[in-house]
Amino acid sequence: MNRSRRLKLQVFRVVVLVVMATFFLVPIGAMFEFSTRSTTFDAPRTLESWTTIVTYPALVAAIVASLELAAITSVGMLLLLLPTMIWVRLRLPRLNRIIEFLCLLPLTIPAIVLVVGLFPVYLWMANNISDSILTLSFAYVILVLPYAYRALDAGLSAINVKTLSEAARSLGAGWPTVIWRVIAPNMSGALLNASLLSVALVLGEFTFANLLGYVNIQVQINQLGQANAGVSIAVSVASLMFAFVLLMVLSFVGAARQALRSKPRATDPRLEAVWGQKA
Amino acid sequence: MAATAPATRAGVEVRLENLQRSYVGVSALNGLSLTLAPGELVALLGPSGCGKTTAMRLVAGLEEADGGRVVIGGADVTNLPASKRDVGMVFQAYSLFPHMTAWQNVAFGLQMRKVGQDERRRRAHEMLDIVGLGGFADRYAHQLSGGQQQRVALARALAINPKILLLDEPLSALDARVRARLRDEIRRIQLEVGITTLFVTHDQEEALAIADRVGVMNKGRLEQLAPPTEVYSRPATPFVAEFVGLTNRLAGVVRGGEVEVRGARLPLVQTGAADGPATALVRPETVSMTADDEASAGPLVGTVIATSFLGATSRVTVDLGDATVLAQLTTADATTMPPGTRVRLTLRPDAVLIARDEAAAVEA
Repeated sequence: MNRSRRLKLQVFRVVVLVVMATFFLVPIGAMFEFSTRSTTFDAPRTLESWTTIVTYPALVAAIVASLELAAITSVGMLLLLLPTMIWVRLRLPRLNRIIEFLCLLPLTIPAIVLVVGLFPVYLWMANNISDSILTLSFAYVILVLPYAYRALDAGLSAINVKTLSEAARSLGAGWPTVIWRVIAPNMSGALLNASLLSVALVLGEFTFANLLGYVNIQVQINQLGQANAGVSIAVSVASLMFAFVLLMVLSFVGAARQALRSKPRATDPRLEAVWGQKA
Repeated sequence: MAATAPATRAGVEVRLENLQRSYVGVSALNGLSLTLAPGELVALLGPSGCGKTTAMRLVAGLEEADGGRVVIGGADVTNLPASKRDVGMVFQAYSLFPHMTAWQNVAFGLQMRKVGQDERRRRAHEMLDIVGLGGFADRYAHQLSGGQQQRVALARALAINPKILLLDEPLSALDARVRARLRDEIRRIQLEVGITTLFVTHDQEEALAIADRVGVMNKGRLEQLAPPTEVYSRPATPFVAEFVGLTNRLAGVVRGGEVEVRGARLPLVQTGAADGPATALVRPETVSMTADDEASAGPLVGTVIATSFLGATSRVTVDLGDATVLAQLTTADATTMPPGTRVRLTLRPDAVLIARDEAAAVEA
């Protein structure tokens, strides 16, 4: 690649980065700006909306509930989907299309329709089992299936699941060990992606919780927005930033693990002489 | 396995009894029976789809048999899951766990057997030393060449001290030079450890070079099980004769326990063959030739049309007019008879196999 072409490519990359950053950061910046306005026109900027977040017990409870829901949904999704997808891939490949169709189905059904369908179930659960907001995780597992399926499918396609699992089984590993010790560590990126998508989806979910009568972070923000817009916007920015930071952390963790594995780890300098030796 | 288990165990007998397996109505294994003596290396050889890999997977427990039994060391393991069978397996595809280093891969099976950490590490390094990769213990799979990965896979399979070692075309992904070297190394290690071994390959040279006995498979059946020299020199069936080594198909007539091929009388491998037309399967190395520019037309007189250089030997193709014959000569002899040379062929009177088929009848 010649110098001028490389320069053009570099400029193009920077332009794309700036445009995308503007697209995402301007609204967030505007929200932050709004959340720091004072209640009176000529007063200086204040972080009062941010500092008072913790003074709303209902808001704190909603944040905690949403985080719990995000964690339960992610774990539930992985426990349901990962073994199923591995099993189908290894033992029942002809069912692959059916599983894919079932997992993508929630994408095609409007949330309101899903809620109408789930309402009697939740009514029964509330009367007979529990009316905890955490029961929402059942519905959320269904909601995140399409996104999680795609992420996990890409991860499974990137490794030789059949050979790795057969090798592990021939060495004495049972199926849970095969999945936990052999398959999962080799698709950690896909697992992180699926989990992150689930967390982001749950933290931003409003329709299910609102219509089923539960108060999660989005429902609470909506209610708060009617009484105190500044706090409502501050919480929205905080939840966005939380998702963003989570994404960054997970990305760096994945990259660091990859870098660690890629690093040559010869302990004996004499080995360098045979580093390129074939067989 | 106890932490103090010996590095090797005496090989055990392995029996495959009338194994059957079919896929969606298509029979992959049709009553395969085979006994491996303790410490023996048997190679299953055959074309793609002949059932050799299926047989190995049934022994490993990676597939379930429709019928028959697998008996390892006197114990019927037919219904045991793969994880309980105590077999070590090396796969055709690279199968090292990418997130583990070489020694961690080798130690994996020991960990499954609850061997202590120190003993695991010691044993893993010991096995890596045996396969000549003692200094590569901390490398990940992607930091090893294909041959090195397969050697680690071999160490991993042997580390658990299995009752039988299964090698599923472990060399097929490697280049020719590495393949030959690793093949010899596998044999050395197998003899050193003394483990009963089943080796699946479609490469006849590999099978003949490495095995105590070679089983040639075709369409889910074992056509012949014999030492390599016997499989080559006294093939039991026309399929074996043609699959193992090159063979000339020459029209002939069976008379009185011999077959007459283009004027030469050759003894038969099959005893009691009925008289009549047949196709004799003649090995190229039993064909010799002399240059004879003055030779008049005859059943074994022809013209050299091509020569393939193979190193110490060369393969010469001779056109006899109504048939083409391959002869394998020393390269020194072959160079004296370049293409276009008139030659007279001689068939060495080794026992040959005959095939009786429609083509043979037409040729005769």
